[in-house]
Amino acid sequence: MFNKRHVLSMREFSREEIDSVLDLAASLEPYARGKKSETLSGKILALLFFEPSTRTRMSFETAMKRLGGSVINLGPAEGSSISKGESLADTVRVIGGYADALVIRHPKEGSARLASEFSPVPVLNAGDGAGHHPTQTLLDLYTIKKESRLEDLSIALVGDLKYGRTVHSLAYALSLYGADITLVSPPTLRMPEPIKADLSSKGTAVRETCDLGEVISGVDVLYMTRIQRERFPDPVEYSKVARSYRITPEFLAKARENLIIMHPLPRVDEIAPSVDETPHAKYFQQSFYGVPVRMALLKMLICGGD
Amino acid sequence: MSETGQRGEPRELRVKPIRNGTVIDHIAGGQALNVLKILGISGTTDATVSVVMNVESGKLGKKDIVKVEDRELLEEEVNRIALIAPAATINIIRDYEVIEKRCVDLPEEIVGVVRCQNPSCISNTSEPIRSRMLVKAKNPVLLRCLYCEQPLTDKIADYLI
Repeated sequence: MFNKRHVLSMREFSREEIDSVLDLAASLEPYARGKKSETLSGKILALLFFEPSTRTRMSFETAMKRLGGSVINLGPAEGSSISKGESLADTVRVIGGYADALVIRHPKEGSARLASEFSPVPVLNAGDGAGHHPTQTLLDLYTIKKESRLEDLSIALVGDLKYGRTVHSLAYALSLYGADITLVSPPTLRMPEPIKADLSSKGTAVRETCDLGEVISGVDVLYMTRIQRERFPDPVEYSKVARSYRITPEFLAKARENLIIMHPLPRVDEIAPSVDETPHAKYFQQSFYGVPVRMALLKMLICGGD
Repeated sequence: MSETGQRGEPRELRVKPIRNGTVIDHIAGGQALNVLKILGISGTTDATVSVVMNVESGKLGKKDIVKVEDRELLEEEVNRIALIAPAATINIIRDYEVIEKRCVDLPEEIVGVVRCQNPSCISNTSEPIRSRMLVKAKNPVLLRCLYCEQPLTDKIADYLI
């Protein structure tokens, strides 16, 4: 079911392909928790992070090592060939000769696709500018499947829906499962029209509102995102908006009993720390699920097939 | 069929018929220079090129015509014209006779013709790649950059390379 050479964009995934990744991830969870595996013993993963990253980079590193493989790093960009003006195409060709797969994060949109055209080995996109971050979407779907359900799902995507790349990919993937999606954002941070049009063309029911209180009692999943201060020229306007999208235990009084709260992290103020103790909080679990999902992708790409 | 009227009477032609080459007719009024750009025909060309702009057309209101002498344009070259002139017709002329007449039809992918409008796209850097646009819809034309996946619908002519 899974015969991809690269993982670049969620647009290239069918529902069946997503399901095969999630199924394999589930079977790898014990290994993600420490059970010994030699599946990728002798294999090398190269991490090419041209932008800072903590959790994505470490999660890929963990995934590779949990499968018995090893990791090489590009290192700080200023000390590498990049500062000498080498093209990404050349960098990828060279490092592709050292490793069995490449993980790339780069500020330019489409850079992972370019890397895949020049790399002799599989490429995994770990975020290309404001573009795609497919492994985040897959771990989000895995979390929803494990902690809630993917069928007949009602989900609210909350916060910065304009610039947040994770919500664009997630909304697209959820449309493959026929989810009922509510978009909750301040008017200035609404989801871009072309993305909404794309969802509608797939028959996905999409509602839009500014009022989170209006939707809290009717959803299975609250997917929170960070609203960045720099998006607002007026600090007063920022604090007003940030306050209105802050989740507290009191706010959750009207929520469904089995509601789960997700967040790609890092969070700032959008979820009060006291929510962490409630059964609704799944964002740290979500973060952990990045390991088995990335293990599944590495195994599929490096070993081939499923 | 020759470059004459239906009853064989000579039409009132602003540019004389060509002996051999390609006539691109039914270009939307004002788009002839963009058609030349798409075909890679610049001011330094050796070819004899005639451009007629804004003549009356029953079908289009106003249309442009481009005649390129002694060059039979290939199908993949002319199909790119559909980006800005979807109604264009291509006539291949040999010894004053139209030996082939066809409409333009956009291919599934356009390479190296239209720049991505996204300034943050990797295709707008000095990397050794050409722009690649996937044709998602033909009428109206909707392109999607293969690299950053941003759509391009309006003002495609502004992004011709």
